[in-house]
Amino acid sequence: MKTSITINGAAYAADVEPRTLLVQFLRDNANLIGTHTGCETSQCGACTVLLDGEPVKSCTVLAVQADGHAVTTVEGLAPAGFLHPVQAAFWEKGGLQCGYCTAGMLNAVVSLLQENPNPTDDEIRHGLEGNICRCTGYQGIVDSVRLAAEKIAAGGAFEPVKA
Amino acid sequence: MYPNPFEYHRAGSVEEAISLLQELGEDAKLIAGGHSLLPTMKLRLANPAHLIDITGIAGLDHVTDKGDYIEIGALTRHVTLLKDPIIAAKAPLLALIANEVGDRQIRARGTIGGVVAHADPAADYPAGLVALEAEVVTLGPGGETVTPIDDFLISIYTTTLGPDEVVTAVRVPVQPEGTGVAYEKLANQASGYAIIGVAAVVSPGAVKIGLTGLSDRAFRAREAEMSLAGATLDLASIKAATRGITAGVEVYGDIHASEAYRRRVADGLAARAVAKAAGLS
Ligand SMILES: Cc1cc2nc3c(=O)[nH]c(=O)nc-3n(C[C@H](O)[C@H](O)[C@H](O)COP(=O)(O)OP(=O)(O)OC[C@H]3O[C@@H](n4cnc5c(N)ncnc54)[C@H](O)[C@@H]3O)c2cc1C
Ligand code: FES
Ligand code: FES
Repeated sequence: MKTSITINGAAYAADVEPRTLLVQFLRDNANLIGTHTGCETSQCGACTVLLDGEPVKSCTVLAVQADGHAVTTVEGLAPAGFLHPVQAAFWEKGGLQCGYCTAGMLNAVVSLLQENPNPTDDEIRHGLEGNICRCTGYQGIVDSVRLAAEKIAAGGAFEPVKA
Repeated sequence: MYPNPFEYHRAGSVEEAISLLQELGEDAKLIAGGHSLLPTMKLRLANPAHLIDITGIAGLDHVTDKGDYIEIGALTRHVTLLKDPIIAAKAPLLALIANEVGDRQIRARGTIGGVVAHADPAADYPAGLVALEAEVVTLGPGGETVTPIDDFLISIYTTTLGPDEVVTAVRVPVQPEGTGVAYEKLANQASGYAIIGVAAVVSPGAVKIGLTGLSDRAFRAREAEMSLAGATLDLASIKAATRGITAGVEVYGDIHASEAYRRRVADGLAARAVAKAAGLS
């Protein structure tokens, strides 16, 4: 089935089986392998992308259901060579260790801060319930989200990739 | 992990969805948010040959104040119920419940129509919908039917919905002035679903309590409601009335919680929900 999705601002079309999941479309058809799958059963959030700006688990959306819609993946958060303020905050505050959950976590945080620019720690934890991290114990993530909120409040400029 | 192959159809209207259901027969299923259906299909527990996508149908995603009741279109998502100003003012219990459903990602996809049609015994909303005496509006070849939620829900994954019918809306009566509401939940830590969910609606002179997660469908605690109606609500009277709240109901036991544990915790959550709705805690 002909399916056309705008991914990170660029239109991408492919002829796919209706059972193709959005995450497979992103990884296998569009070759954007930043989006991970963990559980593949809608639990872990590793596959979280933004669909028309809202966080979704791309393992639980059919690609054909995203036809005509816009998706943002981790590759689209900042221009090449730059970090989105949420990415910069994760780098500075140790918001990741192995990085497996990170792409999904970043998208979840970007949308959380759009909805609630100044969340409390409780709101951060409740807002990230759909994203499991097996490494950090979450405290580093909560710290990162707080720093990201500050960065965004201060203008939210992209930052050069850190060495 | 992906489902068995199927053919995909887009319905442009409810009428078109009904005629596709008639034409394709029992191998066809409607898909809305897909957040109950796709997980089941990926596990190959459901293998429909045809999916009919209803998410493109205009006019099914709305929250409308109809005076005596609020009408919620079937395609209204959990995130909308969480944020909608009409819901906040006129049916705040649904916003409290929406906040407890899954996580932000689930709430961005799942729909109220999908919830009632799926009739998952561990779903959250049914507790609130039975307590609020909501109605389910369906459209089929024979026209529109409006069914009280208590009659609509039959058992696990079973409702009165016909094979060629579509849920178009849920109607929620507006509660009298001075009504307090609360939702208390013991969540399954892995899935987020309700092991026990208790909704309480406390109005001047009347108390309504709906429970979910405990048995094959959500139910009202009518005995407790009667003993609380018109009574002076304090912690002692509430505790006494909600003790043994599941008496007479067949309660599940499973790997998450035994039957005895569920009955015991349901009492406590019910007392807490009523007390909160009554403004006592
Ligand atoms: C990880 C995870 C956690 C979750 N946690 C919770 C939770 O804590 N509490 C909770 O209550 N729910 C939970 N859910 C379920 C979620 O709320 C679902 O979105 C909801 O139950 C179904 O809505 P849907 O639009 O996704 O339905 P779909 O999956 O699209 O459809 C479900 C069923 O209903 C039928 N259907 C859908 N719409 C209609 C209609 N308009 N008319 C007739 N039939 C229709 C379909 O044919 C299908 O059989 C969770 C889901 C997931 C994946
Ligand atoms: S891979 Fe999608 S939620 Fe885990
Ligand atoms: S950093 Fe390893 S799972 Fe989160």
